[in-house]
Amino acid sequence: MIKYTLIPLLPLIAFVINILFGRNYIRDKAHWVAIPAIVGSLLLAISAFFDVAGGNVININVYDWIVSGDFNVSAGLMIDQLTAIMLLVVTICGTLIFIYSVGYMHGDEGYYRFFAYLCLFIFSMLVLVMGNNFLVMYFGWEAVGLCSYFLIGFWFNKKSAGDAGKKAFIVNRFGDFGFGLGVILIFLTFGTLDFVGVFGQAGSFAGQTINFLGWEVDLVTLICLLLFCGAVGKSAQLPLHVWLPDAMEGPTPVSALIHAATMVTAGVFMVARCNPLFIESPIAMNTVAIVGGVTAIFAATIALVQNDIKRVIAYSTVSQLGYMFLALGVGAFSAGVFHLYTHAFFKALLFLASGSVIHALHNEQDMRNMGGLKKYMPITYAVFIIGTLSITGIFPFAGFFSKDEILWRAFLAGDMGKFLWLLGTIAALLTSFYSWRLIFMTFHGDFRGTSEQEHHLHESPKVITVPLMILAVGAVAAGWVGIPPLFMEHGDKIGEFLAPVLGHPSGHGTHAQEWFVVGISSLVAVLGGIVAYVMYVKKTDIAGKIASAFKPVHALLYNKYYVDELYDTTLIQPVMKASDKVILGFIDKTIIEGIVNGIPNVIGVFSRKLRTIQTGVFGSYGLAMTVGALCIIGYLFFQR
Amino acid sequence: MVPLSWYIILSAVLFCIGVFGFLARRNMIVMFISIELMLNAVNISLVAFSHYLQQVTGQILVFFVITVAAAEAAIGLAILIAYYKNNPTVKADDASLMKG
Amino acid sequence: MDNVIMNNLDYPILSWTVLLPVFGSLLLLFMQNARAVRWTALIFTLLTFAISLPLLTQFDKGTHLMQFVEKHEWIPSWGINYIIGIDGISILFVFLTTILSILCVLVSWNSINTRVREFHIAILAMEAAMVGVFVSLDFFLFYLFWEAMLIPMFLLIGVWGGANKLYASIKFFLYTLVGSVLMLVGIVVLYFAGGKTLDILTLSTLSLPMGLQFWLFLAFFAAFAVKVPMFPVHTWLPDAHTEAPTAGSVILAGVLIKMGAYGFLRFSMPMLPDATRLFIPVLMVLSVVAIIYGALVCFAQKDFKRLIAYSSVSHMGFVTLGLFAMNTQGVEGGILQMINHGIITGAMFLMIGMIYERTHTRVISEYGGFAKIVPWYAGLFCILTFASVGLPGTNGFVGEFLIIFGAFKAKQIIGVLSALGIILGAGYMLRLYQDIFFQDAAPDFEKKGKHPVWDLDMREVLTLAPLLLLVFWIGFYPNTFLSYMHASVEHLISRVNYTAYAGQENLIAKYIMEIF
Repeated sequence: MIKYTLIPLLPLIAFVINILFGRNYIRDKAHWVAIPAIVGSLLLAISAFFDVAGGNVININVYDWIVSGDFNVSAGLMIDQLTAIMLLVVTICGTLIFIYSVGYMHGDEGYYRFFAYLCLFIFSMLVLVMGNNFLVMYFGWEAVGLCSYFLIGFWFNKKSAGDAGKKAFIVNRFGDFGFGLGVILIFLTFGTLDFVGVFGQAGSFAGQTINFLGWEVDLVTLICLLLFCGAVGKSAQLPLHVWLPDAMEGPTPVSALIHAATMVTAGVFMVARCNPLFIESPIAMNTVAIVGGVTAIFAATIALVQNDIKRVIAYSTVSQLGYMFLALGVGAFSAGVFHLYTHAFFKALLFLASGSVIHALHNEQDMRNMGGLKKYMPITYAVFIIGTLSITGIFPFAGFFSKDEILWRAFLAGDMGKFLWLLGTIAALLTSFYSWRLIFMTFHGDFRGTSEQEHHLHESPKVITVPLMILAVGAVAAGWVGIPPLFMEHGDKIGEFLAPVLGHPSGHGTHAQEWFVVGISSLVAVLGGIVAYVMYVKKTDIAGKIASAFKPVHALLYNKYYVDELYDTTLIQPVMKASDKVILGFIDKTIIEGIVNGIPNVIGVFSRKLRTIQTGVFGSYGLAMTVGALCIIGYLFFQR
Repeated sequence: MVPLSWYIILSAVLFCIGVFGFLARRNMIVMFISIELMLNAVNISLVAFSHYLQQVTGQILVFFVITVAAAEAAIGLAILIAYYKNNPTVKADDASLMKG
Repeated sequence: MDNVIMNNLDYPILSWTVLLPVFGSLLLLFMQNARAVRWTALIFTLLTFAISLPLLTQFDKGTHLMQFVEKHEWIPSWGINYIIGIDGISILFVFLTTILSILCVLVSWNSINTRVREFHIAILAMEAAMVGVFVSLDFFLFYLFWEAMLIPMFLLIGVWGGANKLYASIKFFLYTLVGSVLMLVGIVVLYFAGGKTLDILTLSTLSLPMGLQFWLFLAFFAAFAVKVPMFPVHTWLPDAHTEAPTAGSVILAGVLIKMGAYGFLRFSMPMLPDATRLFIPVLMVLSVVAIIYGALVCFAQKDFKRLIAYSSVSHMGFVTLGLFAMNTQGVEGGILQMINHGIITGAMFLMIGMIYERTHTRVISEYGGFAKIVPWYAGLFCILTFASVGLPGTNGFVGEFLIIFGAFKAKQIIGVLSALGIILGAGYMLRLYQDIFFQDAAPDFEKKGKHPVWDLDMREVLTLAPLLLLVFWIGFYPNTFLSYMHASVEHLISRVNYTAYAGQENLIAKYIMEIF
């Protein structure tokens, strides 16, 4: 038991040590605290992985967390096959990124702080995936949001960084609003928040309705949709995707770890974890699938025209997360988790490699000021190519297997599935195009930056390149645990491993259909690359011409469909104005304070009139008294 | 045996003198004495009724009144002296600090 | 008195808790040296805290009965007795009061330099009165303490307050006095209606006629709603909080505004259960309005302290919402959230006081970049910020979650709307945090350069440490505190839900129509 509790606890201890003593004592040796902790977690996670490999589940209640009446929730850990995979993803990516950060953050004055936050993040993420009930998961869920806030705003003296952190936290809160209500509704329905208890009863509540705010709605659907709200926020799906691109204000290792490999996949993890609930509700499943599919396309189109290297990858992340939800929505839970797992490797790789570029160019992120870097940074270039081949889904790189599995499962899922498959395939085409565009703009052609920058161009140090190379191996080979039966019998190791938790996907197709899907997706992957090559290497003026020919479209995409502006004018500004002018200015200051101050004022006016009676002369007081006494006497006398 | 009505008349006369003195005179000392006069007028009637009704309550009340009168005189004169130190006058009309 | 557990310790523990600060303040009367005054006040607050500790350990959590009860005849011809005792609802407030009083003395160590002796006398008198309110089981005694509280608070604001202190102190005084005078009328009516007794426990078992309950509820509501403060009568709070000296703000936010909610729990609910049930919908709506309204107003604030003051309106909205949800989770969450709010907002006011000593400004826009200038301060304030927005792992989460849970269980729409308050809470608190601590230091502030800003010293860290410890303690293991409440809360809820009129809502409605 202690072994499993230690998995999240080690990073927490490292966090406490670093945050308390980092500033004055540890300073630039913070990684000596952080890295042993995460390596310890990694080793324990590997051990836990083998403990559950046989199909058993570890479920521990550490202590009673909140007890109030019949509401009883414990702080407990559960490790099943899904958690085991997540543990590996988190700790492996975490370890590599910790090592990478040693080089990347070297010399930063917040060095100790950076590692402290990273440790806290790993702790939170581990709690999120290891919780054995919804409230512990919610704990981790919010805590990763907190760490994300700290790390996005790490360079807090930049206004944009502070804004982005704040935005991330608040947008996530909108999602958590739904998640929290979902958790409450789950307890009211099932009488427990334990995963085992809830999922065990899921079937018996299918089809029941509940009166929610006056509408008669399907109970399980409502719960699923509320939970999905949380997933939409955390995993940056439409319409709450706006925070993720801004989150790129954080240091690059953070973007890699949190905003690509681990935290943003928490939504996918959560939906996968709740699969027994979701499969009871076709409406919720379709919602998940459609939101995922639309987000995949939506984000990919924006990525086509962005010039900031990290933003391109950020939109690509949003798009890939859309893929994962698409998979979950068509019932291919293991395919979604498989993509989550491969994505962690190649997206972390892409981010870290772009970090290497940014590092070499002294914090230049605009691709228009790059170009021709391949001769200066051969290793970075090589791993970037590997990452791109993986994300675009070229055989036999990792992305190929997972992406293909998703498209194939979508293809099998009825009419709606065909439509989703089409969305996914188009998104694959766009992905290929913008990924190669990024490579060509960054590494090919001539260097377009300042001569000062050119003078300093160099390959990054080993502490940066070694993690890149390890991740590159992952980006190539991570997919080989999920080879479809088409290529190899019993090749889908990960699907079988996850089957106790996520079940087997339904639907069967012919080999011919499967070849068709594989063929199309490979074709569009290559096609996107060729188009990008033509536009950005061969005839570099085409891109500009197209942009000016379709100016409104370009502007729309370049400005991210104006979603931020929409929220600003419809939500933020009205709230700000209303709070200042209407609520504070009118209701509070005018009406309530008017009454409150008005009553004393009226009394004041009255008493100023009344006080003139007070002459200050004894005689008149005495006379008044006497007359008064006489009146009373007279009244009593004549009354009889 | 002096009939009760004589005491009542004496009391009423003394009281009226007191009231007149309080209202008509401007010397604060005299006003004080007038107040004492009124109190004592009441005392006379209380004692008279007490004797007439053969009840001791009235006489007890007189002791209360005398005590209060003594306290009042003490405090009142003290105030007066303090006042006189600031304003060397005993004319009541000059003391109009309490004018609203 | 068979329905209470008499004090079985060797000494009258509750009387000591009330009287020690009084002795302390009497002793201070004879002191001149400011240093000696501070130390004496500190020792007496510490002693009071220490002497009340056995309450926690000796408390029997298994019963809802009053414990540690002491009873003496006082004015027998009027049926007035000196009865004090605590149950699971009041015990935690006694501790909140004794802890915060210590911190108030500590935080005023350097900041109060005029009339030091009188200041500490006021603090000690305040402590005695506040503990007195929580332990009184006789209405006369209760009212005595309740009104006695006003005087030191009035003086704290009026003498040691900020620029607008006179307006704020008089407003505070009159606002609360209007409410409590109505309560006094209510008490007198109860005295006669309840068979000429002022014993709170006896009165809590009566079944009064509905019409009487209706009017009495309104009278008590006037007193308690102002104190909480609930939505339309909240405007004294920002002025009083803003103008009060740090210790005054801490006491106000930490304990004083809890008295209103405590009053609902101790008087309105058990004595007037039918009227309570009648008013629940109205009160829940008012609570939600307070949550959202208070949060929205925060967005428009330009003053550091005023913002936190308005956020109290929002947080106390959560408290009353929980109480009137009238189920176990709601009420326990409400009580816990009162403690939480005392801890979080108390600590925030302490911290604001500390930074004000350095910068002499409360205008948010004059701050900026303070995370660089005072990193430890920024870190601790960060903890409080996230406790305030209800992040899991901090105490704010446990309270707010239980409240929203209870509210949702009672009425879905109310639960949903109150959850919106959490989003807004994150909005204004993070905005504040960013404006104060992030970006570069305001050039204006750096140029002035006349106030050197230094990080927290040992005394200040010690002042904050107990509260920060509680933030995480309640966040990770709330059962320590929740377990005290279970029995009393269950009893209270069954009292409100089971009465002569239960299930006769039509009859009640008819009665109300007759009243008008």
